[in-house]
Amino acid sequence: MSKISLKVNGASHSVDVDPTTPLLYVLRNDLDLHGPRFGCGLGQCGACTVIINGAAVRSCVLPVSAVRSEITTLEGLSKGGTLDPVQQAWIQEQVPQCGFCQNGQILTAKVLLDKNPNPTDEQIRKGMAGALCRCMTYYKIQAAVKVAAQLKKSATGVGA
Amino acid sequence: MRMFDAVPKQVEEELSRRGFLHLAGMFVVSVASTQAQNAGPYPDPNYRQLDSWIVIHEDSTATFYVGKTDLGQGTGTAFRQMMADELDVAFEKTKIIMGSTDVTVDQGGSGGSDAIQVDGWPMRRVAAEARRVLLEMAGQRLGVGVDQLVVSNAVVSVKGEPGKRVSYGELIGGKKFNVALSGNDVNGTTGLAKVKAVQDLKIVGQSPQRYDIPPKVDGTLKWAVDVKLPGMVHARNVKPPVAGAKLVSIDEASVKGLPGFVRVVSKGNYVAVVCEREEQAINAARKLKVNWEKPAEAPFPASEDLFTYMRAAKPMSERKTPVVGNPEAAFASAAKVIEADYDIPFQGHTSFAPAHAMADPSNGQMTIYTNDMKSYGMRLGVAKFLGIPKEQVRVIWMDGPQGYGRTAADDAGFEAAYLAKELGRPVRVQWMRDEEQAWDTKGPAFTCKLRGGLDASGNMIAFDYDSQCCNYGHVGYNEPDTVLIAQLMGVRKNPPNAGGGATPDDMYAIPNRRMSSKVVRLPLIHETPLRTGNLRDPNGPQVTFASESFMDEMALAAKADPVEFRLKLFAGSTKDDSGFKRARSIAVVKAAAEAYGWKPRSSPQRQAKGDILSGRGFAYSFRSQTVVANAVDVEVNRKTGQVWVKRIVVAQDCGLVINPEGVKGTIIGGTLHALSRTLYEEMTFDTEKVLDRDWVNHPTLTHMDSPEKIDIVLVNGDPNPQRPDLPHYGAGETVCKPILAAVANAIFDATGVRLRRLPFKKARVLAALNAVG
Ligand code: FES
Ligand code: FES
Repeated sequence: MSKISLKVNGASHSVDVDPTTPLLYVLRNDLDLHGPRFGCGLGQCGACTVIINGAAVRSCVLPVSAVRSEITTLEGLSKGGTLDPVQQAWIQEQVPQCGFCQNGQILTAKVLLDKNPNPTDEQIRKGMAGALCRCMTYYKIQAAVKVAAQLKKSATGVGA
Repeated sequence: MRMFDAVPKQVEEELSRRGFLHLAGMFVVSVASTQAQNAGPYPDPNYRQLDSWIVIHEDSTATFYVGKTDLGQGTGTAFRQMMADELDVAFEKTKIIMGSTDVTVDQGGSGGSDAIQVDGWPMRRVAAEARRVLLEMAGQRLGVGVDQLVVSNAVVSVKGEPGKRVSYGELIGGKKFNVALSGNDVNGTTGLAKVKAVQDLKIVGQSPQRYDIPPKVDGTLKWAVDVKLPGMVHARNVKPPVAGAKLVSIDEASVKGLPGFVRVVSKGNYVAVVCEREEQAINAARKLKVNWEKPAEAPFPASEDLFTYMRAAKPMSERKTPVVGNPEAAFASAAKVIEADYDIPFQGHTSFAPAHAMADPSNGQMTIYTNDMKSYGMRLGVAKFLGIPKEQVRVIWMDGPQGYGRTAADDAGFEAAYLAKELGRPVRVQWMRDEEQAWDTKGPAFTCKLRGGLDASGNMIAFDYDSQCCNYGHVGYNEPDTVLIAQLMGVRKNPPNAGGGATPDDMYAIPNRRMSSKVVRLPLIHETPLRTGNLRDPNGPQVTFASESFMDEMALAAKADPVEFRLKLFAGSTKDDSGFKRARSIAVVKAAAEAYGWKPRSSPQRQAKGDILSGRGFAYSFRSQTVVANAVDVEVNRKTGQVWVKRIVVAQDCGLVINPEGVKGTIIGGTLHALSRTLYEEMTFDTEKVLDRDWVNHPTLTHMDSPEKIDIVLVNGDPNPQRPDLPHYGAGETVCKPILAAVANAIFDATGVRLRRLPFKKARVLAALNAVG
């Protein structure tokens, strides 16, 4: 066990765990952040996605001791009580079925749009490809990514 | 760690409002005064009491308690719509609690797409009864007869005198109805009131947003995976390395010194490791040294030999439908006879996340927090398995990853309960990905032989269907002998399940028809990773793949357009009484063809552009009164064998639609799940174990496969579409049936090659294309 400091969603934490522990278990079990979830533990599905340095990172295969920068989880996506445009689009388009994978879908879409505010259909497919969904909400997700892109633009337009 | 994190927030709120604090663990400790109520036992809520179903609060809002679970299709929202409408309360002013066995009546949980079709009726009737009782109370309060009253948004007023009014909250808020209901079983529950005519429904037919989506999107929902309790520990299983292996010995020293180690628990061939922390349990389960002895006989043939084995195997049971006409004579007189075999492999539920549950043995009771779709079945099953009265067991349903039938044999719940009892502490169990992929319940494999006869004018005059399926373990209400832990501990059903075959349930009026389905078994039927379970319309996708592919083969032989060929068969007359179903089938097939823009021609078209061959396909299905038809466009890359389903049209008649947008979401999900089964899903195994145990080696549909366009047409094909009692049928599973054949038919249209073996993986398609040059 060793003491490890983490910054998550703007707050600092210190945990005492085995340094090889995947970040996922620390977030879920020590910090009570349940947005990231276990799907495969193999880096193959995206359920455990968090954002670090603007990248969608799979926390199930990332040792907690390897984290150097601030972590954003699904819980940290809203700003001042307002949901991120991606989350708004997800509700507007009624994307989820069971919803279990949607943490990975939402954060992957957020990173995609932050890097490319106007993705083409093909770029959306490719950008989202690694985020699996067994309820097969892909079709609705791809539509929602476009809605989110629009919402984001109008939000930026009014200086939000 | 935030210690009390168990009951979903809305359940917690409602339970405390109702004055029964059914809370576990921490709350029992900290809220000592409520201990007696929390402690159990947990008798069955009485479905013959209105108070078991509906609570009206002082602010005139209502909470509904129903014995169903929502697998992510928004059925909870639909139930609220139906009940709010009958009760005359605004949708937003209602809440719903589902599937917790101590506070909601036993409606069986989810399954069979019967939520709206069957369970929706008692929900509507009890809500109508509550309205009737409230009107009577209002009449007394306002001093007028009930016929002088109108009600809107939970306020009752006197006709023409809107000032004379009283709200539901003022009439009964926070108090009990104390009204008895009748009914021989929960499905028959009724009061004196009649439900409203369809024409009077205002909330039904609208698409309010699903209430469960915002908390799923903002991260605030409490899932079954999130439950934490004081003193909890984590468990992981160690599965036999090969099917049917016997446990010889466990070297506990191999894990004893590991950090956080608590205990190894084992009985029969079941082995689990328990540790204080989750990652410690994962690590210890990997490190535990166990000696196993392989079984003398191979438990099953390798997957590549499966169909040969199945065709040759001696059936354990046979199911026949009544013979129509004289098939033998018809075949003898036929101008053309076509015959084809179709093979469908075992397919996994392969839920997005593996089995999991938390069990709490506090107060000598057993509380299980789970995403179990059949929480009532689990309660009974766990009670039997542990040998304790069912009143000591309660199962609290919470959201989870859906496996569409996977939790009808919910292994983790039983494991958590067993371990919690052994350890006397709350235990959380979760399987790892490779375990889930290998050991979850499987959709049964089928091999189907179909034969059809045409007369000289191309009319289909004879049909013969004969299938063999591996469906021996096919049960699904969390029976204690179906879950893996029980089987590993040696529990056996005696005699073993006979299983059940399946035959097409189309509405074609073929004058001479014979159908038979046989069950065959593999050498090992217990403790096997090929344990069959209810996979989203348990046999429909398999059977419909065969029968609807074959319909196109018949159309081809008749040189007919596949849609016209089908429509002609609905128009034919037989002695059976299927006119109603047939009329609705015609309406749906026509709607799909029209939305697609189907122009009659025969297949194949073999349209090519570079390496891309394109084609169209059609298929239809019927299940339990719901009708679905698909028309699809596919592109086949002749260099790689990759198939892309570019466009899907779905026409569906599920009777009265409660929430159109919700139904569309269900249709898309079910259709694409079946598309994943069409293109990718297949269990591969050697003669002792499942081979492909992750998402790379056992692929699923991804974003890359999503169609460019999906068009959905909701059809009301009832011969009397305006009838005031238009029924609501199930929407979930019928949509999973037609796409497999629709895609096969489209691939044939594109390439001229008929694929009769699922799934259509690249290599298989390419090999088939190359075989014909
Ligand atoms: S759980 Fe991390 S990628 Fe699947
Ligand atoms: S919504 Fe269920 S797994 Fe994606």
